[in-house]
Amino acid sequence: MEILKRNVRGAYTIWYRDIVRFKRDRVRMFSSLGMPIVYLFVFGSGLSPAMAEMGGGNIDFKQFMFPGVLTMTVLFTSVFSAVSIVWDREFGFLKEVMVAPVSRVAIALGKVAGGSTVSLFQGLIVLLLAPVLGVTLSISQIVSLIGLMVMLAVMMTALGILIAARQKSMEGFHMMMNFVLLPMFFLSGAFFPLRGVPIWMYLLSKLDPVTYGVDPLRQVSLQALVPPDLMHTISLNPLTYNVMMMASFSVLFLVPAVWLFSRQE
Amino acid sequence: MYSIKVEQLVRHFGKNVAVDDVSFKVESGEIFGFLGPNGAGKTTTINMLTTLLHPTSGSALVNGYDVSKQQALVRQSIGMIFQDASLDDKLTGRENLLFHGMLYGLSKDDFSDKAAKLLEMVELTGRAEEVVLNYSGGMKRRLEIARGLLHNPKILFLDEPTLGLDPQTRRHIWDYLVTLRERQGVTMFMTTHYMEEAEHCDRIAIIDDGKIVGLDTPEALKAMVGGDIIMAVTDDNEQASLRLQNSHGVATRIGPDNQLIIETERGDQFIPEMMSVLTDMTQENISVKSVYLRRPTLEDVFVKLTGHAMRDQNAVDKDKVRSGMRRWRGR
Repeated sequence: MEILKRNVRGAYTIWYRDIVRFKRDRVRMFSSLGMPIVYLFVFGSGLSPAMAEMGGGNIDFKQFMFPGVLTMTVLFTSVFSAVSIVWDREFGFLKEVMVAPVSRVAIALGKVAGGSTVSLFQGLIVLLLAPVLGVTLSISQIVSLIGLMVMLAVMMTALGILIAARQKSMEGFHMMMNFVLLPMFFLSGAFFPLRGVPIWMYLLSKLDPVTYGVDPLRQVSLQALVPPDLMHTISLNPLTYNVMMMASFSVLFLVPAVWLFSRQE
Repeated sequence: MYSIKVEQLVRHFGKNVAVDDVSFKVESGEIFGFLGPNGAGKTTTINMLTTLLHPTSGSALVNGYDVSKQQALVRQSIGMIFQDASLDDKLTGRENLLFHGMLYGLSKDDFSDKAAKLLEMVELTGRAEEVVLNYSGGMKRRLEIARGLLHNPKILFLDEPTLGLDPQTRRHIWDYLVTLRERQGVTMFMTTHYMEEAEHCDRIAIIDDGKIVGLDTPEALKAMVGGDIIMAVTDDNEQASLRLQNSHGVATRIGPDNQLIIETERGDQFIPEMMSVLTDMTQENISVKSVYLRRPTLEDVFVKLTGHAMRDQNAVDKDKVRSGMRRWRGR
């Protein structure tokens, strides 16, 4: 009992630290809007004329991209905050935490919670752009989006810890960034529809966990714009299937991530 | 009553043996130093004692708990001050302490009391609400010491606690540590490669290449060298050395900066004799440019025990880079 209490408190401490740091960093909070704005208004506006026929002509490309940008924000915030834990462990504050009487499992889980919370907040900030794009959202849509973003965030934070758990330098991380994260993001259908793409791309996108994050976010956020009978033209899987896939990938990443992180050298 | 008891501790990294069959005991309330060059195995040992690394073989008891089997109990008993900064720059001094208190399960009241006292002790009360990014290197170190003591540890581990700090700050920190031991009886285990610093310890283990080559009080260690050290500059050190060995049987060696170093008892009486041997008219005259007499230091002990100097140039350079980095980060 005492041990459980201590570890819950430990996990809470790690989570709370992330929140305090995030709150203090106002600049980061809003500078994180920069990339989404560039993508939506420069990239999106540029491609809009070429991609006119979307969702049966009910949405333009910018609106199509919106859930993709949401995914981008959550994905990269989650992975970066997970990688920072490892950096922190070798060179910073977490060294301190590693000699504290708290299990490493609790530390890793606390970090998953912290990273996910921060990326959820970042996602919520991006959600503020919805009205500008003419994407109307009801309260129930927003609640669903929050749930989906949390799932995506947990999955990607776990992946981040898994990637970085054994790394002692930042170089390896840049490799991962270029060869794993970017392809993962682009193959997910965040910025283009996965209908009518080459078969190899289609198959890779099926293996890509991010696909199952973008798809439900798109279905929910564009609910009010695209009629239900046309939704299949811009989406891939039923909502529940997406959710189950995200949950499975989360477990698949989280278990080895926590194990690797907590293994003593 | 022993605070730390280490028996035949070994740690391999692949084929490298970082710590090679090390055994020692640290008594309660003692300041125990691990002295040796960079890469001698000091940090590896401290990491094993603080449960950060698994020993390859051997055993270590810290506060009576086994570091391999009772890690949570070991961790609750110890405080740790790391070689490199381990504070969160973006948090205030007090927040850094607060998170530590939370991790160790201090109650709110307990925390406020203890934090106020410790901040007072390390003279950071007025700066506690500032983010650590604005602190100087010395202030950060002091905050780390306060943090390490927050949960009333029985044993404080310090890995190169004054590395990269200026001499004044270094003295300051030593004052804290010595008072701390007097007031609270905290046992301290520290590593260092500063000779002067090791002098503050009650006992020192000299470690080289993963092995303990000597363990005793600083005085006893220095007594091993025997008597005094004479440092002379001559125009032919080889010849002078040979002649002195023949005439008086004294131990000599050539030190850095091309000095002739002689170990002897009663150095004050030996100097005139040495001069007469070196300027003996029947042999070729060796001119002596300067002579200097001093008491042996731990450096001399290290050379005597290992046959080589403790600080190679490489280590000195690394140290400079480190302190440079610290200063840069401190801004």
